[in-house]
Amino acid sequence: MNDTPRVGVVTFPGSLDDRDALHAIAAMGGTGVALWHADHDLRGVDAVVLPGGFSYGDYLRCGAIAARAPLMAEIRSFAERGAPVLGICNGFQILCEAGLLPGALIRNASLRFVCEDVWLRVETSQTCVTAGLTPGETIEVPVKHGEGQWVATSEELERVEGDGLVVFRYAAEDGQLGDAFNPNGATNRIAGVRNAAGNVVGLMPHPEHAVDPDVGPTGGQPLFGALFAAAMSGATA
Amino acid sequence: MTTYTFEVLVSLKPGLLDPQGKAVEGSLPAMGWTNVSGVRIGKHIKLAVEAADEATALAQVQDMATRILSNPVIEDFEVLEVAAT
Repeated sequence: MNDTPRVGVVTFPGSLDDRDALHAIAAMGGTGVALWHADHDLRGVDAVVLPGGFSYGDYLRCGAIAARAPLMAEIRSFAERGAPVLGICNGFQILCEAGLLPGALIRNASLRFVCEDVWLRVETSQTCVTAGLTPGETIEVPVKHGEGQWVATSEELERVEGDGLVVFRYAAEDGQLGDAFNPNGATNRIAGVRNAAGNVVGLMPHPEHAVDPDVGPTGGQPLFGALFAAAMSGATA
Repeated sequence: MTTYTFEVLVSLKPGLLDPQGKAVEGSLPAMGWTNVSGVRIGKHIKLAVEAADEATALAQVQDMATRILSNPVIEDFEVLEVAAT
């Protein structure tokens, strides 16, 4: 076991936020490890982040081609072993396309790209990124996406809500829900979901852009803190 | 071996909001077409498969449509065979 968690960040062709994610991991006291989509090697990392961007040009569907990239086979077994995996924005889309998370992301209801700071209400602490947070608590992080409207079939939605798989909802600073706070028309204002075990989480907002108080909100800090703790323990919350 | 040409039509599932279709539908009344509803936008994928027989080619295209060309969470697909050469 190392002193600091080794957190891998996967670069796909068209990834944008891989360097920001590595920077945030270092700023939070972890060791960032650059991973390459075409490899079959996770380089011994304790956790994996799939960053934002437009992998493979987002051709066909957002994240569709990246979800079938060579390294995803390793990430699938890594996730199945219970190791922490966090997908941010395009990374969230990739995890949904890979079937590791429920639902899918489609074009924003407004048809406009959104780029703004939003408040997220934490819905569960039973995940690798919210273990240190209390349900009902809110955090501020930015969103920047054109296709972030989370949707699911009615049966899938019932399972996601019934099993408590919603991790974050778009909300007001005080946690109130309302369409005014939903930047993309996401079903039930869902901003992020988890798998049943809680070790795989995806969200559209960008915690990696929210760790440095000099440049914006700091709502991403507790998420990386929890991710590091999960990575170091080799288990999930 | 024969080359079989297919068209795969991918459409958003009926219950799902189609923002693109909605936007296009919204533009029609301004052009004088006030009697149009239900505009939905999908994808049309053409491809050619080399295979020993038609059934093998069709089975492969169905598999590809299920596993990558469409996302079963949000989309339905239809496979049309166009030609065999």
